Amino acid sequence: MAHVLLRHRDIPDIHKLEVYKKNGGFAAFQNAVTQMKPNEVTEVVKNSGLRGRGGAGFPTGMKWSFIDNKNWPHYVVANADESEPGTFKDREIMEHNPFQFLEGVAIASYAVGANAAYIYLRGEFWQIAAFLDEKIAEMEAAGYLGKNIFGSDYSLKIYTHLGAGAYICGEETAMLESIEGKRGQPRVRPPFPPSYGLYGKPTIVNNVETLTNVPLILANGAEWYKSMGTADSAGVKIFSLSGRVRKPGNYELPFGTTFRELIYTYGGGVQDSRKVKAIMPAGASSSLILVDDEKVLDTPMDYATVRTLGADLGSASVIVIDDTVSIDWLINKTVHFFRHESCGKCTPCREGTYWMSHLTERIHEGRATRADVDLLLNVAKQMQGKCLCALGEFSTMAVVTGIERFRQDFDKVVKSNS
Amino acid sequence: MLLQKYPKEVKQILAKYPPEHKRSAVMPLLYLAQREEGYITKAAMQDIAQLLDISETDVASIVGFYTLYHDKKEGKYRMQVCTDLPCALRGAEEFLNNLCGNLGIKVGETTPDGLITLEAVTCLAACDRAPVFQTQGPDGIKYHENMTVDKTMELIEALKKSTGEAK
Repeated sequence: MAHVLLRHRDIPDIHKLEVYKKNGGFAAFQNAVTQMKPNEVTEVVKNSGLRGRGGAGFPTGMKWSFIDNKNWPHYVVANADESEPGTFKDREIMEHNPFQFLEGVAIASYAVGANAAYIYLRGEFWQIAAFLDEKIAEMEAAGYLGKNIFGSDYSLKIYTHLGAGAYICGEETAMLESIEGKRGQPRVRPPFPPSYGLYGKPTIVNNVETLTNVPLILANGAEWYKSMGTADSAGVKIFSLSGRVRKPGNYELPFGTTFRELIYTYGGGVQDSRKVKAIMPAGASSSLILVDDEKVLDTPMDYATVRTLGADLGSASVIVIDDTVSIDWLINKTVHFFRHESCGKCTPCREGTYWMSHLTERIHEGRATRADVDLLLNVAKQMQGKCLCALGEFSTMAVVTGIERFRQDFDKVVKSNS
Repeated sequence: MLLQKYPKEVKQILAKYPPEHKRSAVMPLLYLAQREEGYITKAAMQDIAQLLDISETDVASIVGFYTLYHDKKEGKYRMQVCTDLPCALRGAEEFLNNLCGNLGIKVGETTPDGLITLEAVTCLAACDRAPVFQTQGPDGIKYHENMTVDKTMELIEALKKSTGEAK
């Protein structure tokens, strides 16, 4: 099947304006601006079943329809802060198929009445930001951005904004704070960005992959998009496959593809032909899926079905853990990540990740007792439901499911007579 | 100072944001201030605070919060190796240890010639191409993927040579 998002794999040089144009580029944007009302665009996206690809899976069209039309101006912010350990999909889109993403930004901006859009890239994507700046300039020169686009009265400017190495800025309200020139710390919600966003104005924040779907949904229709994937999760998804597999990488597949197909058919199987012990389907923020039965691998990957395994599909950053890995080592890794990235604003997350990191370290280094493992589980559970944003919540996922589902790994490393 | 040194860039940066929200320019201006020396001086922070009508403390809080801003002079290039979970599953820790051995420094230290500061960092979104690191230096941030210690030593030699020529 031809790619919907990673189209550069089928069409060489699609990063060049004339090649993108020759392959239908900007026709959807032109049609929207010249033939459709903004709310009609939103309606198509709503009907397509597109859900946010950044991790939360919130219906995109519905989010757009929440924009407050009594308060102006409006903004669109594209979330290109891609920082979840295990996620590297947005990067490939921006590096190789930039115009489809930018057209998605433009269509979203038209749909919600924004005349300015910001692309927030993580600071490490310095070269990608420079590349996008070039592409934006090419679009301006060709009349796809700027004033009176396609002879209409619609105007749009797109700007890039670089972060500077803070995972938390992927959280949408922290991202808005960061663009405003402040520390990237999440806001208390509600109000949500569609009513109170950038500079206090109505703002739609969407992930890069989400926006990259939009031009083809408009060009081919909602029914076309819904014909791919499952009833719960329409369309295609880029699965970032990493960990102990032979061929890690991005694989664009319809929702409903099984873990087995992803890992064995596309990923070439597990390194050294070992067994899959656990899967983290949403990067370091994941619950650990226990693979004690081969049948688990036949689970179709869509939002609802992965939930039946006690995990979330999230951004579909599938990290494969084989049977050489001990889970006490793994959670020590993930907890240290979250401790480092906690923004410090709310106490449960700031203190919780700190104390969890002391416990995971002690356990991993063989200095702990059984009671320490129970204490760790207790601390993690106390954090749940109390943090200001999802970061704190996510830091507990691998800890709780790791201890509950792989207790034997912890029993092996604690002091024997405890 | 910044305005005198990079008038065109400062103007371009300020034009990105609504004039009544020029504080938004603090992050790009900090990158600009850091370009030449690899760190941000107190004078540069005062300068940016004045340009944007915010307090020096506000600027310092941004420098302190974000990991890609530095307020101390260290190596000309920062070599930032990812050791997060997906990279660690593909040998990143061993790579970093061997690199430390070859360079004769520990993580967080700088080579005696002042060329390289070695750092361990969190995910760089290149998990499928581990071991991976980025170099942060006067020419911006660059990715180096599917690395080996030998390839890294070659890169360091090249950096050494280009630095020598620049002098």
